[in-house]
Parts: sequence; structure tokens; C-alpha cells
Amino acid sequence: MNNFDDNRPNPDELLASLYHDEEKSKLGELKIFFGMCAGVGKTYTMLQTGLSEKRKNKDIIIGYVETHNRSETAELAKGFEIVPRKILDYKNTTVQEMDLDAIIARNPHIVIVDELAHTNAPGSRHTKRYHDVLELLENGINVYTTLNVQHLESRSETVSQITGVVVRETVPDEIFENASEVELVDLTPVELLQRLSEGKVYAPERSKEAIENFFRIGNITALREMALRIVADRVDMQLHDYMQNKRIRGPWKSGLHMLVAINYTSDSAKLLRWAKNLSYSMGATIQALYIETSHDLNNKEQEQLDRNIQLSKQLGIKLRIITNFDVVRAIIDFAHKENITHIVVGKTSTHSLLSLLQLGNFVNRLIRDSGNIDVYILGSENKFRDKFKKTFSFPNFTSSIVQYLIITLFVTFTAFVCYLFKNVLGYQVVSFILLFLVSILALFFSTGPIFLAAAISALIWNYYFIPPYFTLHIGKPIDMLMFIMFFIIVLLNGILTSRVRRQEKKIRIREERTDALYRLARDLSVALGIEEVIKAVVNDIQKYFHLDCSIILKTEENTLEKDAHPDSLINLTENDLSVAGWVFKNSSKAGKFTDTLPSGDLTFYPLLGNSGNMGIIVVRHSKKFTYGEDQLWEAFLSQISGKFEREFLRDSAKKIYLVGESEKLYKTLFNSISHELRIPVTTILGASDTLLTQEYPENTRKKLYSEINIASLRLNRLIENLLNMSRIESGRISPHLDWCDVHDLANSVIESLQQELKLFKISVIIPPNMPFVKIDFGLIEQVLHNLILNATQYSPAKSCIKLKFFYDNGIFSIMVMDRGNGFPESELNSIFKKFYRGKDASTGGTGLGLSIVKGFVEAHKGTVIAENRKNGGALFSIKIPVEISSVNTKNE
Amino acid sequence: MSNANTILIIDDEVQIRRLLEITLSANGYLISEASTGKEGLILAASGLPVLVLLDLGLPDADGLDILKKFREWYQKPIIILSVRNSEEDIVAALDSGANDYLTKPFRTGELLARIRSAIRQNQDVAETPVLKLGNLTIDLINHTAKKNEELIKLTSTEFSLLALLAKNEGRVLTHQYILKEIWGKSYVEQTQYLRVFVAQLRKKIEEDPAKPKLLLTESGIGYRFGI
Repeated sequence: MNNFDDNRPNPDELLASLYHDEEKSKLGELKIFFGMCAGVGKTYTMLQTGLSEKRKNKDIIIGYVETHNRSETAELAKGFEIVPRKILDYKNTTVQEMDLDAIIARNPHIVIVDELAHTNAPGSRHTKRYHDVLELLENGINVYTTLNVQHLESRSETVSQITGVVVRETVPDEIFENASEVELVDLTPVELLQRLSEGKVYAPERSKEAIENFFRIGNITALREMALRIVADRVDMQLHDYMQNKRIRGPWKSGLHMLVAINYTSDSAKLLRWAKNLSYSMGATIQALYIETSHDLNNKEQEQLDRNIQLSKQLGIKLRIITNFDVVRAIIDFAHKENITHIVVGKTSTHSLLSLLQLGNFVNRLIRDSGNIDVYILGSENKFRDKFKKTFSFPNFTSSIVQYLIITLFVTFTAFVCYLFKNVLGYQVVSFILLFLVSILALFFSTGPIFLAAAISALIWNYYFIPPYFTLHIGKPIDMLMFIMFFIIVLLNGILTSRVRRQEKKIRIREERTDALYRLARDLSVALGIEEVIKAVVNDIQKYFHLDCSIILKTEENTLEKDAHPDSLINLTENDLSVAGWVFKNSSKAGKFTDTLPSGDLTFYPLLGNSGNMGIIVVRHSKKFTYGEDQLWEAFLSQISGKFEREFLRDSAKKIYLVGESEKLYKTLFNSISHELRIPVTTILGASDTLLTQEYPENTRKKLYSEINIASLRLNRLIENLLNMSRIESGRISPHLDWCDVHDLANSVIESLQQELKLFKISVIIPPNMPFVKIDFGLIEQVLHNLILNATQYSPAKSCIKLKFFYDNGIFSIMVMDRGNGFPESELNSIFKKFYRGKDASTGGTGLGLSIVKGFVEAHKGTVIAENRKNGGALFSIKIPVEISSVNTKNE
Repeated sequence: MSNANTILIIDDEVQIRRLLEITLSANGYLISEASTGKEGLILAASGLPVLVLLDLGLPDADGLDILKKFREWYQKPIIILSVRNSEEDIVAALDSGANDYLTKPFRTGELLARIRSAIRQNQDVAETPVLKLGNLTIDLINHTAKKNEELIKLTSTEFSLLALLAKNEGRVLTHQYILKEIWGKSYVEQTQYLRVFVAQLRKKIEEDPAKPKLLLTESGIGYRFGI
């Protein structure tokens, strides 16, 4: 049900126009000087306006102006800075075109660009000047330009019909509709003819005759009316927009609802625009409807339908698409459902013989069945020739000669066989056999050959089988009836079967496309990381489009990388890369088969995600995409862009995470250290304070001194650990290798831990022939110190701590074993990480001990691993590659 | 005019000087203090202390330079104070004439022991021919050594090594010094020889060669014959 009977403006339209305004403020503004035909003085007026702006100190320059040697115009043009034209070489001549890059570099406030509909010479960046103008607007530069009525796409055919002159250069209506200002330059026909006679009108390449044909009062008046009407409509629409924006209550209370029926012809554009206008004046709401029938659309029709849908969207008309064989029925049903009061349709009748069978054509039926609803019927602008074509749409005959020959062979062969058994079968049966044959053949051949088969079989049947034999004459009337029916049946059969086949083929192609897209989506979702994604993309594009491609990604700063990704299959030159840069900046495709820089070999597409361009993809087309392929390609690119976007986001999320992690680590370190420092300091302070304040008995004092001593040692150890850790972190450990006696090493360590080892049984195992090893004594001493200290902290009293050394084949091994709690299996690798604390870490310590062990061992290019012992406890194995010197006296 | 009992402390840190003052005074020494190298030299010249404690990390001058300046005229023991992990500085100082070293933070016991040993060393100008240390008796004239009154078999190098260390009892000798004295200047880098001989010597003179009590290793620096 509609809720359109409130007074509120359509929220979608409102949003659309707000967005529109926002977009517009970043873009330059386009002012079109519009006229009914050449010679009314558009360029002159434009230059005059320009001069007055110049006097107001606006930065206005001329990009391109064609004075056509009219002295007054040339005079005006002199007052401006003119950007020199670009000279292009084309087919042994030089051509001059507007220098787009120079203008963008110059960046004026306003630029004057004459003749919006002009086609650029090959070698220019864009094929049409209006593309150039669009690029200027994108760059925030305002543009003044000129345009004639005949140049508007929607009007060009009409103008051709009126004037008899073919219009070759057109501009899409959207540009006109989206222009900020349109100024009509008007002249009465009499005045124009006056100017013509004075030689003030420019008419290129036309013979005097043609000019006279064109510039007839009748023609000119018609054109003038068109121009005036167009501008008036525009004013009307602007008024409507204005009223809607200001939320001024318009005549929405009318309760009128309009429906426009569109199809895949160019008439729909006219319908939509006209209906839109009408709906304002009536104050009616407006919707559009497209009925999808069984008719297969060819490429051209598909494109037109798409354009119509686009236009509907642009005009802010909500569009519904319904599938139904019976168009009229569908429209009427929809109209009733939506409370439509007015229907707008075009006069084009529908196609095929079907409409004949439906007893009356589309329009008549609509009028008849519409009941209370008003029906507006707009005339078509297409010539009758086209209408006829549509009414009887013949299938196209494109099969090869070979197919025809094979068909003929089949039919004649079957007929021959039947002939041999003529007497057994009888001629009626033969007809069925032939019918059967043609039906089977229709499964394999296309329409053309089937027609031929039908014709031949009918003729053969007539000639050879229907009495009287060997004549085309048919004796009995019943036979005649049979013959006619046979022919019709065989024909219809053939057509229908081949249509089914065609349909099937289309469905299959569509399925393949869906499948391709599905597989792409799946391949992309599995790929992790940019590298894998690119591999998947290059692969899938090869697979489905048989195209080599090159991918250039964006950088972190949202500019384009300087080079293509190494997995790309096409080598790009400097030139190619600069084109890619342009495409990236302007987010529109360029290259072969496009409107921009079409002379190249490669085609460049932007990969547009939600937050901007993710990169560029470059392919080498061998031929232009069909409409269906193009759709699939767009879908592919959309998927790919989305995936890249996600990957980039994931990378930046990871970075943020890492920053977060290092923050966390810093915090942990900070907290841990300050905690660790405070504890012994507290003890020292407290104990010494106590001792200072009063006299205590000897043993109390001794205890306190002892505490101070212990705390100080702990503090010292912490400082050593921190210093060692920072040495490791800064990478400044270069082991000072010297010959070491392992006994010395063991002794030194045990000495330093005398106090702690009091409660334990420490055993040191050194094989008798242990050589001297070249290590950094200090570092390894620290390593063993940390390991044994840990052992004392986490083992039960009186348990055994073993220190074992041995050397074998270049590797110096040290093992430290205890009978403590060991480590949880899952954490055996992470215990060497900074700040790792065991679960029952009751004693002080920052958790740096083991990471220092690892750091120092690795500085020797050695390894350290932790394991749990079979009967409980931890085992640390250190392996260091060393030079040895055996204990042999050299002197004596 | 030598002050038989004065120890000169040269250290820029007030707390260290205070600590040393308290400790050493409590042990019968008199203290004079300097906070810079220059001041120290002047005080030493006027006061002639029996021992100098020199911090290597002085702010105004390189500890090594001050040491060398001292050694131009001062013949009494100098013990240097340094931080850990600066073995190179310590070795350089010992080779430049310092008698011994202590790393901060140091234990009082060690400090006093080293001071005593250094002073004693210095006073024993007369070389006694027979040294008695712990279980060992070393006859410098006959080149014999006895452990627990039993003669031990030593090669001549081993004896030289033992004698050198024993004569400098309590004092740390750098690897380079020992190598130079016993093997000669060209052998200064061959620490493995030294290790070998030390190991062998230990086997012969120590009760438990694996846990030496006489021939002690000062890691990264040298050896000391223990007290």
C-alpha cells in the first residue's frame, strides 16, 4: 500500500538531492549556453558573460573557442588568456585540440570551452569533449560551454526528422540536466535568417543547398519551440526540487498516483521524462514498471534497458520489475494493487505473432482493461520500419552452409528410405516419420536449417507420397488439409524446439556466469593475505576470461604503487603506469574499448571499494566484451575490490593491534619493574629505619641487617637482569670468546649462589677429558646462574640439582636439571618470552631470567630448550657450537 | 712522611665514600677522601697514604690516566673500584700498575681482605726464600714444592707458575702478565696454554681440583693465589 498520501516529501528523493548537492559542492559548476541551432550567438554571449566575470576579477580563461572567423567574436576572445591548443598528429595531418592537462594544471576558477558535443581527434585522452569537460568539473574547475538542441541525445532523432539533416554528435541528457545553469540564447527565426544572409552564420561542410534546406522558417520555428520547451521544463523541475528541499508543502494532497510502463526501447526515456514533468504539474506520485517477458533481449536491447533503468533512478522514479508473459495483465494488476490513477505508456506495439493471437494489440487491450484508470499514450519516435520489424520478429539466419547441406541430406535420405517402403507404410505414416525427423533435427540444428528441413520434407511428401505422385498437385481435399497442417506443425515444432534450445543455451551461459562468480567468491574467501589474493585473482581471470592481467595496488597513503605487483602477467611501461595513475585518480576506466585514451593496447579498470580505489587492474582485450561478459566482469571487479579492501583493513587492524600489544608490553614491563624495585627498597628502608630509631637487642639487629643484605642482593640481581636484557634487546651482545675451563665455570656459578644452594644437593658432572671451550665466560656464567637460581626457587628443599657438561662433535652441551614442578606442556616454548612467570611464581623476579638465558645462548649461535623430566622436574638443554682445545701440554 | 694507617679514597660518589669511611674506620684505618682525580693526586702527595682506593669511573678524568700518573711516583698499593662487565678496563688497569680490583657492589669482607693482602704484599719487600701457604711449602731456591709435607712433582714451567702466583699471594695477576712473565712477550695471546697449565697445577696442588681453593680464577681477568 502506498503511504504517499501524506504531505511529506519523498525521503528518498530528499536524500538523493542532498547527496547531489554535497557532491556538487566539490565539483566545478557547468553553465551551458543553449540555443536552437548554429548562428544564434551562443559563443558571443558566452564570451560577453565571461568578460563581465573577468571585470569582477574572477580568474577566467579560454580553453577552447571557435570563432569561425567572425570578427566580433574574435574581438571578444582577445580579452582573455587563451591556453594554447595541443597539436596532435593524425594521419599525416596535424590537428589541434583542447589541452586538457594544461588547463587542469593552470587551475582557473572558470574555463570557457566551446562546443560541448565536439568529438576529439584520435590521440586525445577522451573520445568526446564532454568527457573532457566532466574531468574539468571533477577537478573543481567551473566551465562555460555551448550546446544546440540537436546535440541532446534524446532530441537528436527528432531534429533529424525535422530538418532532414543527420545529427552525428550528441551529448547525454544527464549532462544537460545536471548542469548548474542553462542560459537560453534565443533569436526569432526572422532575425536568424537575417543574420544568415549577412553571412554571420557558420555552417561547416554544407552545400548551399543543405544550408537552405536547414534554415527554413518552418524548421527553425520547430527547433526554437523545442529549445524553449526544454528550458521551461528544466525551470519547472528546478522549482520542484527547490520546493521539495525547502519542504514547502506542494500540491501533494492530490492523491494522484502515476505509473509509467517502460521497456527496452529508446522511447522509454521520453516516457519517463514526460511522465516526471506531468507528475509535478498534477501533484501526483510516480512509479515505473518494467515487465519482463519471455522475449530474449539482444545486446543492444539489454543496454537500452539498462540505460532506461538508470534514467529512472536518476529522475528519482522508483522502479519495479515484474516477470509476466502477459504485459497488459501485469500492468493492470499492479495498477490496481498500488492504487494507480494514471498510466503512461508508449505506442510501440509488442513483438511477435503472440499479439496477433491475443486478439488486439497492447495499447488497445490496455485501454480496454484499464477501467477507471486514465491512460496516456505517447507517440513513438521510431520510424514505421522499426515498428514493423518488431511486430514480425524473425529469428536470425546465421547458420553455416554446412548445416543446410547436412539437413538436406538427412531429409532426403529418410524420404528415400520411406519411399522404398512406401507400400507398407502408406503416405500418412510417412508424414509422421518426416515430422518426427524434423523434430529430432530441431534438437541439434538452428532455426534456419530447420525451416529448410520443414520446407523440403513438406515438398518431398507432397511430390513423392501424396497421390497423385510426382506432382505438387494434391488430389483429395482432405490431403490438402493434411498437407497444410503438416507444414504448419512441422514449422511450429521446429521453431519452438529451436527456441527452447536457444533458451536453454542462454540459461546455460547464465549458469556458467553465476558459477564463475561463485567460484571467484569462494577462491577469494579462502585466500589470506594480499599475496594469496592476487594469485587467486590472476588465476580466476585467466580461467574465466582467458585474459592476462596486471594488478597495481594502492599504497598505505592511498596513492598508487609505483609498479605492478610481481605476480602480474603483463609488463607495464612508464606510459602505462601513468595512465594507471590517471585512472586511479579519476576512478573511471580507460584504454582500449573505452571513451578515454582508446588507442592503446591495454584497458585499465579501477578497483573501487567502499572507501575509495584499492588499485588498478590492467588487461589486454582481444575483442570487446559482450554485454553479458561485461556484466560478469563488473561483478568480478566488485568482488575483487571488496576483497582487497578487507585485506587492507585487516593489515591496518593488525598494525593497530601490534601497537596495542607493544603498549601492553611496555605497561607490563613498567609495572613489573616498579613493583620489583619497590620490594627490596621497602625492606632496606624499613629495616634501616627501624635500626636507626631505637636500640634493639643483638639478634634482632642481626636479623634486620640480614634482611637489608638480602634485599640489596636482590636489587642488584634485578639491575643486572635489566642491564643484560637491554643489552640483548639492543643487539649489542658480541660474545668475547676465550678459552674456558669448564671447571672454572661451574665453580664460579656455584660460588655465586652459595647462599641459595645451601638447601639443595648440587652435583656437577664434568667428563674427565672435557676440553677447553671457546666461549664468553661471563655470558655463559650468567646463563647458568639464572638457570640454577630458577631451580632453587622452584624446587622443594633438599632436592637434587644437577649440572652436567659434555662435548661431542663440535657441540658443547650443558644440562641443568631439577626436581621441581616443571612446566605445563603447552607453555614449554613460551617460557623464554619476556616477563613469563610460572603459575606459582611466588618469589620475586621480573620473569626476565629465561629470556636472558636465551639471548645469551643465541648470541653464541647456540640453542636452548626446556623439557619436563620423566619423574618430575625441568631439564634445560643448551647446545653451543664451539672451538675446542684439548688438554695437551705444548711446552715442556 | 708516610701515614702508616691512612687509606685514600678517590670516588665521586658521596655515599660510596661514606660507606667506605665507616667500614674502614671501624677496622682501624684512617681515611682521607677525594672526589676527583686531581684532588686525589694532591692529597696522596701531601699525605702519602698506605693504600689508595681509586674509582675508575671518575668524572673529570680517565681512571686509567690517574692511575698512570700515580704510578709515576707512588709505589704503594692501588686497588681500583669498577662496575661489573668492564673486564677490559680492569685488565688495562692491572696492567698499568694497579694491584687489585673490586667490582661494585662489593662485599665488605672482600674489601678488607684485599686491602690487607695488598698492604702486606707491599711490605714484604724482602723475599723470603721459602713460602708457606696453607698446605703448601714452596722452596724458591731449590725449586721444590711440598704439599702436606710431601714433595709434589712439578715441571719447571709449572713451578714457575706456582712461584709467580705464590709470590703475589692475594693479588690478582692478569693472563697477559702471567704469560709474559713465564712464557715471554710473544705468548701474550695464548691463554689456552695458561689454562692447560693451571688445570695441571690444580690437579697437583689442590685438595679437590674441581673446586680449587688455592689457585682461583678471576673470570675474564686472570688468576689469584687465594688466601
